Amino acid sequence: MSQVAIKNLDITFGSNRVIQNLDLQIEPGEFLVLLGASGCGKSTLLNAVAGLTDVAGGQIWIGENNVTWAEPKDRGIGMVFQSYALYPRMTVEQNMSFGLEMARHPKAEIRERVARAASMLQLKPLMQRRPAELSGGQRQRVAIGRALVRDADVYLFDEPLSNLDAKLRTELRVELKKLHAELGATMIYVTHDQVEALTLANRIAVMQGGVIQQLASPDEIYRRPVNRFVAGFVGSPGMNFIEGELQLRDGKVDLKTARGNLDVTRYPFAERPEDGRKVTLGLRPEHLQPEPEEGWCPASLTVSVYESMGADALLCGELSGATVSVKLPSDWSPIPPAGARVTMWYDASKVSIFDAVTESRL
Amino acid sequence: MSSRPLFPAHAEGPRPARLNLGRLALYLCLIAAAAAFLFPLWVMVTTSLKDMEAVRSGSIFGWPAQPSLEAWKSAWTSACTGLTCEGLRGGFVNSLLILVPSVALPVALGAVTGYALSFWRPRGGKLLFGGLLIGLFIPYQVFIYPLVRILSSVGLYGNIGGIVAVHTIFAMPIMLLLFRNYYASLPMDLFKAARIDGGGFWTIFRRVVLPMSAPIIVVAVILQVTGVWNDFLFGLIFAGSDNLPMTVQLNNIVNSARGAQEYNVQMAATILTALVPLIVYFFSGRWFVRGIAAGAVKG
Repeated sequence: MSQVAIKNLDITFGSNRVIQNLDLQIEPGEFLVLLGASGCGKSTLLNAVAGLTDVAGGQIWIGENNVTWAEPKDRGIGMVFQSYALYPRMTVEQNMSFGLEMARHPKAEIRERVARAASMLQLKPLMQRRPAELSGGQRQRVAIGRALVRDADVYLFDEPLSNLDAKLRTELRVELKKLHAELGATMIYVTHDQVEALTLANRIAVMQGGVIQQLASPDEIYRRPVNRFVAGFVGSPGMNFIEGELQLRDGKVDLKTARGNLDVTRYPFAERPEDGRKVTLGLRPEHLQPEPEEGWCPASLTVSVYESMGADALLCGELSGATVSVKLPSDWSPIPPAGARVTMWYDASKVSIFDAVTESRL
Repeated sequence: MSSRPLFPAHAEGPRPARLNLGRLALYLCLIAAAAAFLFPLWVMVTTSLKDMEAVRSGSIFGWPAQPSLEAWKSAWTSACTGLTCEGLRGGFVNSLLILVPSVALPVALGAVTGYALSFWRPRGGKLLFGGLLIGLFIPYQVFIYPLVRILSSVGLYGNIGGIVAVHTIFAMPIMLLLFRNYYASLPMDLFKAARIDGGGFWTIFRRVVLPMSAPIIVVAVILQVTGVWNDFLFGLIFAGSDNLPMTVQLNNIVNSARGAQEYNVQMAATILTALVPLIVYFFSGRWFVRGIAAGAVKG
């Protein structure tokens, strides 16, 4: 395992600056997820670490080596691609041994290492097949195996599960997590799927526009997003946003909206709240609950739609002028009819408040 | 809600046959078009099987009373192709000698160049590609005189090497277009994976890219075989009098001003010359259409 350090990285495509002045430090053995919508620069960053994209400036270190200008094969990496990228005219075994053959390892060692990776990923019965004769999940396992035989210090994953169906994705996700525990190698994983990010990562780097918006543990990202983009990107269904302005009266802090006030006195403001500041209140769907607990504040919800989702249910409606969704236990009853007004409760110490202009957390 | 019973008995059975006026007209048009193209071939085949007596006396559409292969033999072994009278045999061999390197070289060069341009993306690659594409639109005739001067100054005028060089040069734009577009449709990730696995320029080409290139190689070979075989102008100018291809010799047979016109021999010689592309088209129609669809309209 090695650490990966990126300093002042610039990547340009023609005149288009995709990544600018990016710093990132990944600890040895860490599972880091780069999370972002398509076009945010996360795959470009991964390709730069792999040596498949030329950088315009800055440095990339893997372990003790400056690999900024090193060939991909000399960086001590293994990579898994979204499209599997298996060599179509080679068998599974040939696919997995190709890299070792290129590096001129002795035949016996190649056989031994391929066999080890194959048994790790339960590929033994497939060794003589061509990629076209494999299912999607099998193909991706072969692709992971091909990366594993390289005994790399750092493994790079470029959306490896995006082409698989939901059930396989969950299975392989668990397998990847086990694999990481087993190998202890450093892994960098690119995805746009927040569930993958939240479940796999030690730390998540949420990216937008070539800039890392927040680099933190999954819990921290989910509970204390640093800005509105991160808050809206992570979480499903998405966070509810209510626009308003702060109102300070008699030691109480309220969010004044077009339709009534919401009490946010208990919110842990990083700086002293100012009266009249325009802000956005972020409430996760599970933050609104029908039964109050000690210190919670009420809010009135006008119901529009009730959606059952199996384990839980989603109640959509209007709250203080904004469209919101509320996550409820599915056995909650009675189901309110459309148009009904119900009182919901929230814990103001758990919500998020962002500046309306800068969109940063207050 | 109660619903009406569905699935009445008369809805069962096979799909109803449809032959309306439009269909009929369409088939008639197709038959007429096919006949228009097959008719000359019929005339050629029947004429080549007649002797001169029958050609002169009978109808040109009729099947010969005593079909014979005399005219074919004469076209192959004894018809006069200019000063010598040894038939098309020599031209066939010349054409083969020109054909093999003139197909192998451009296809190989096109494959490597297309691979380099699509995957390695060298600086200036787009410019090179653009320049070669412009080459597609300039009429060949413009190049002939300068090429004669250039080739004669390097000793490549009037021999097999010269004609192969000419065919290779003029095939490069279309070969590059074919291969570059085909490789551009292959996933880039494959190339990236091979680079991480440590493959170099030639290793990736040989072990990863080439094994996937069979369809486009077939298309390129078909285009180039038919193009080189059917060539007349370059063969006449660049091959030299000892290496004249079959097409040039055929022209000499057909256009000879001396003596009586031996129509049966001329027909047989023409069919013989056209046989190679005909066979290629016949066995590779599917691939050829694919090649045209791939953006190769010139060939």
